Amino acid sequence: MAETRSETFTMNFGPQHPATHGVLRLVLDLSGEVVERADPHIGLLHRGTEKLIEYKTYMQALPYFDRLDYTSPMSEEHGFALAVEKLLGIEAPPRAQYIRAMYAEITRVLNHILNLTSYAMDVGAMTPILWGFEIRERGMELYERASGARMHANYFRPGGVACDLPAGLTDRIAVWCDEASAFIVDMERMLTGNRIFRQRTVDIGVIDEEDAIAWGFSGPCLRASGVPWDLRKAQPYDCYADLDFDIPVGKNGDCFDRYLVRVEEMRQSIRIIRQCLQKLPGGPVKVDDHKISPPPRAEMKRSMEALIHHFKLFTEGYHVPAGETYSAVEAPKGEFAVYLISDGTNRPYRCHIRSPGFAHLQATDKLSKGHMLADMTAIIGSLDIVFGEIDR
Amino acid sequence: MAEFWTDFLWPLILILVKILAFILPLLLAVAYLTYAERKVIAAMHLRKGPNVVGPFGLLQPMADGLKLFIKETVVPTGANPVVFLMAPVVTFTLALVGWAVIPVSEGWVVADINVGILYLFAVSSLGIYGIIMAGWASNSKYAFLGGLRSAAQMVSYEVSIGFIIVTVLLSAGSLNLSQIVRAQSGLWYCIPHFPMFVLFLISALAETNRTPFDLPEAESELVGGYNTEYSAMTFAMFFLGEYANMILMSSLCVILFLGGWLPPIAVAPFTWIPGVIWFALKVSAVLFFYLWARATLPRYRYDQLMRLGWKVFLPMSLGWVVITAVALHLFGWLPPRA
Repeated sequence: MAETRSETFTMNFGPQHPATHGVLRLVLDLSGEVVERADPHIGLLHRGTEKLIEYKTYMQALPYFDRLDYTSPMSEEHGFALAVEKLLGIEAPPRAQYIRAMYAEITRVLNHILNLTSYAMDVGAMTPILWGFEIRERGMELYERASGARMHANYFRPGGVACDLPAGLTDRIAVWCDEASAFIVDMERMLTGNRIFRQRTVDIGVIDEEDAIAWGFSGPCLRASGVPWDLRKAQPYDCYADLDFDIPVGKNGDCFDRYLVRVEEMRQSIRIIRQCLQKLPGGPVKVDDHKISPPPRAEMKRSMEALIHHFKLFTEGYHVPAGETYSAVEAPKGEFAVYLISDGTNRPYRCHIRSPGFAHLQATDKLSKGHMLADMTAIIGSLDIVFGEIDR
Repeated sequence: MAEFWTDFLWPLILILVKILAFILPLLLAVAYLTYAERKVIAAMHLRKGPNVVGPFGLLQPMADGLKLFIKETVVPTGANPVVFLMAPVVTFTLALVGWAVIPVSEGWVVADINVGILYLFAVSSLGIYGIIMAGWASNSKYAFLGGLRSAAQMVSYEVSIGFIIVTVLLSAGSLNLSQIVRAQSGLWYCIPHFPMFVLFLISALAETNRTPFDLPEAESELVGGYNTEYSAMTFAMFFLGEYANMILMSSLCVILFLGGWLPPIAVAPFTWIPGVIWFALKVSAVLFFYLWARATLPRYRYDQLMRLGWKVFLPMSLGWVVITAVALHLFGWLPPRA
């Protein structure tokens, strides 16, 4: 009798596929519909950001960070601004710190809205994403009013923020916080208790504490596995030490816990935003050193020195003392860090970017082994993968 | 010659007119079901839906149809062209053929045959061939998986649908759809057979590949499932077939459980309204349920769908058949032998 022969079925999941969130190419070995091996391919969105930054002044390098993880631009700017500040040995004034914390949290809410709702769409629920886009768009308007751009803001600068908040914006942010809270309640009603959503996510893509650390997880994905690690608490930067918030932690490390952790994180972020609005101090929004931050325009009309500063700043940029730093922030997706080496010139010698998504993506094989093809989309959604930051 | 006229040609013309009188409103209904779907789901999504082409976007289905009609039909190089092109034809034809036995009002039916329900059951079972053929002939991995899923799904749910129908047959004592409706003149079967009514609604979703059972064309997993490779008119035929099937299953639901063309209460203001209006209203209500489910629910996974079909629906419907049979026999409620 002929021996039974079984073959795996190899399938290209992406790069053109509606559920891969960009240009992920996963080569799947399937046995029936069961995933035996998932092989993520990267590089389809490689733009050479790190190399480009070596040829730009520190000021020109900043906008590249908006374009890494384009769903949470300001958090990435935050990482770079902090790294440069550390090398320069300066600290942003308190008002700037509060504005940055507030916008970093708005960014977190915006990122999580997009992630959770598109994750829900990947498992088949199409309504939350359309509700989410409305509230997200209103959040983008907050970006626009502060920086002039609704997405690639270029707002956080080494030494503070680009400009102060316009009059009335704080009231709008307070209103938006209420709108966002209402949206979270609506979204939870659609998903959290939904039996089908639970069946699709509970016990799917489980990773335990040890493995999560070993695979380099960070952010919500790590916390969902039960590790209470958040850089905002562990090594507070800017004004986070003065703010009161909790770190939600999951238990099982499955897709559902990653969802729950993110939902709770949004609530905590709104809490932080409200605190920032309450505590927002007055004063300048950038350091008073015109070798680093541009002088006010009025000053330039009458002061020769200010004009020279302005000219030098926008042509040559500023020189950063030689040294190196690894500055990390808690971006919505996890630990986003900039490893910056300066050789004392006006351009970085090397800028390495540590993106959380890269570490998460490599675990897809581990997470998806033995699950079905349909679970693959849930796993990818729950890891919050954005290719802008993975391929850099 | 006169005999040829009276015995053959005249009935033929009559049948053709009848068919036409059914098909044209049906196709119109299909077109406007797509419009209704987009509007209803848009409202649930807090969007506007189609509102540009014509007043309130009412000409949108026509514009979509025209677009699909004038596009090029692409046949992939690796596909088997004959089977590839046959598949949508099969799906579309079968979706229309089933309508032959559906009574939309007293006596308004193309073929009032005695085994109407068996005929419907057979036709809807055949519908799966179109999808399998499409999945196989496309020679594409996504389409292949979509076709396989669909085959498994339809077979699973057809079994429980069969048992659900048996309970109704036991109560009505006839396989003729018009008889089944008449038997409900006192009490619609959705009341005594309420659990089966719910099961039927859910199974109908599975049978027509609608959310949350839209695995064969699960966009986020299989791109487009069995119709990934289809374009233009071939795609349009799948689309029309799917929606015609939706209306067919809704009609079946109305006939089996909601009293077909009968008014809710047989008193004066209700009885003035013609049966066909009642029928259309009831079908619309069931279709709204379909659209509502689509806007609300996530999608089942393949194995969960199978488990639901075989481990939950099948025992429940089988149990209800036994209960119904025993109850009818014990209390002497068996319908008179026709």
